[in-house]
Amino acid sequence: MEISADLGTLADSRQHHAPLELPKQNRSWLPGALRRMVLIRTAEDHIGQMVTAGKIRCPCHLAIGQEAVAVGVSKSLRPTDRIFGAHRSHSHYLALGGSLRALMAEVLGKDTGASRGMGGSMHLIDLEHGLRGTVPIVGSTIPIATGAALAAKMDGKGDIAVSYFGDGATEEGVFHESMNLAATLRLPVLFVCENNLFSSHLHISLRQPRDSVARYATAHDIPAVRVDGNDVVAVASAADEAIERMRREPGPFFIEAVTYRWRGHVGPRDDEDVGVRRKDDLVVWRKRDPVQRLYEALREAGDADSASLELIEREVLAEVAFAWAQAEQDPFPPPESLLSRVYGRPS
Amino acid sequence: MALTSYGVAIREGFEHLLSYHPKVFTIGQGLWSPWYVGNTMTDLEQQFGKARVIDTPVSELATTGAALGAALCGYRPIVIHPRVDFMLLAVDQLVTQAAKWRYMFGGDVAVPLTVRAIINRGGEQGAQHSQALHSWFAHIPGLRVVMPASARDARDLLIASVLCDDPVLYVDDRWLYGIEEEIGPPVELDLAWEGPKLTRSGGDLTLVGAGHSAWLCSEAARALAEDGVSCDVIDVRVLNPFDATLILDSVKRTGRLLAVDGDWATCGFAAEILARVAEEVPPSLLRAPSRRLTLPDAPAPTSGPLERSYYTTVGDVIAAARQIAGVRGDSWE
Repeated sequence: MEISADLGTLADSRQHHAPLELPKQNRSWLPGALRRMVLIRTAEDHIGQMVTAGKIRCPCHLAIGQEAVAVGVSKSLRPTDRIFGAHRSHSHYLALGGSLRALMAEVLGKDTGASRGMGGSMHLIDLEHGLRGTVPIVGSTIPIATGAALAAKMDGKGDIAVSYFGDGATEEGVFHESMNLAATLRLPVLFVCENNLFSSHLHISLRQPRDSVARYATAHDIPAVRVDGNDVVAVASAADEAIERMRREPGPFFIEAVTYRWRGHVGPRDDEDVGVRRKDDLVVWRKRDPVQRLYEALREAGDADSASLELIEREVLAEVAFAWAQAEQDPFPPPESLLSRVYGRPS
Repeated sequence: MALTSYGVAIREGFEHLLSYHPKVFTIGQGLWSPWYVGNTMTDLEQQFGKARVIDTPVSELATTGAALGAALCGYRPIVIHPRVDFMLLAVDQLVTQAAKWRYMFGGDVAVPLTVRAIINRGGEQGAQHSQALHSWFAHIPGLRVVMPASARDARDLLIASVLCDDPVLYVDDRWLYGIEEEIGPPVELDLAWEGPKLTRSGGDLTLVGAGHSAWLCSEAARALAEDGVSCDVIDVRVLNPFDATLILDSVKRTGRLLAVDGDWATCGFAAEILARVAEEVPPSLLRAPSRRLTLPDAPAPTSGPLERSYYTTVGDVIAAARQIAGVRGDSWE
């Protein structure tokens, strides 16, 4: 199918394989970012294995391959910001610093989970770090984040809201309603579209006449940038600039981060639910690995080597295993929580 | 003491909330216009500023979602949908997001969102400018549904809804805006303790309704009393979570039930009332089959004569009550 290719090389799986271009200054956060991305990948890989093993039953949508977006955006966020995610939000949760044990407990439906076992993988919350909620109804948190931005503007303390969603959500009407509202009321909401080119099984060329969604922001008079979503430096730099401006002068901003998911729409298999040319493409996309490209750049700069990477990987693996073991031991919600958590307690 | 109308009482509720609760704001269509919401919000934007009384684009879904987002961040927003029909565009945010938010995030997250929906029907407005649909929403766990039938409740239940930490659908009815009573100063009630109320006592028959239907029941009961038929009248007030205790106790005494509802019959709120009675009241205590009086299962017609037969009147309630009570003309059977 012919499609207008606004994304240029960003959508070309054969491009952008080289190590990242590192900034000359302020690089001290990058080893931490590498570790965070390895953590997300390792945790999600573990969750995938546990789904295959039948130990996790709830639907899990893995963000392996997309780690750089959440880690890059989170760099400039603070706990009083209000962040909302969607169905594929383990990465958003972990990038903000969410507890591994609470994540594992949540996907197991345990009382110690992030949502006390009432939400599962698709409903994560971590108020301590600013994550206000993630939900799987496509596009549904976009207006909610917009309203959180309205609250932030009323508070007048320079906080912002972040709305993470995928390219599929741009096909929902509420996305456009929310962008119009945010632009009209000048609300400090950062729209972050992770354009991974797929909505469930359908490639964007089968859903839209153009491959880039940033044009919708332009239509709503919202400033927008397109970035390589597998380049944590590029994402962080775009987010930094936008967020700094939004804190000073409330108003919306749009980032289209082009990326690719390595797994199926839901679950651990890499080919599940996916159509068009996926198998050949995936091999090439894996070479645009956000983790590897950052590592290679740090290695070339002398900030990392194979021993330091191995150490990170070993430590993270141990953290994940420990969190999982704890979560497996944790209790399920008590029987009365079936009814006692529907309404607030009367005063 | 002066009489206050239902419409003015709603405005008093807004005035109280905006005056004493700085986290309250209101958002929706037509709030800066004199004709969207009757006399219920007149000049609020001049009194409290356009930053707290926000008129919006025609985006019911985003507006409702935005209010939810603000509610999750410590505010107490009131979304205004000047017609129930248009609010249906916002159902995802109301039913799938707001109503479930506390539960799916562990039970401790407050969701102090109030959505005010106005039933605006009659006048040959037709199928898409007439719906009530409170029965649909009363079906949803996690969503409190409130329907005031008196001026006092119009004000005080609005205040209680907004001060509640759960999402509330507050449904008022334009057909009630003119009714008047003495209402005294505003009271801050805890919505969790509010429920159905006995507004009139009598031994022959239990009449139950919510909102405008409760008003129909009261009017009918007054006329029936003159015929020697004495009725318990119960104003439901809070449809969800629904506490039927008062209704069950009443029916156990009177042995007869007429549920009146301004929504459709099939799976409607009147059916819920009859179901509770069927489950909880021993058949030996029932002196007549329970009945419901609802809209016929058809969309609202526009043509005048059809519309006149579509909506339930006080006369219809009187006739049904007489039939249940076994009264023919002025004499008991």
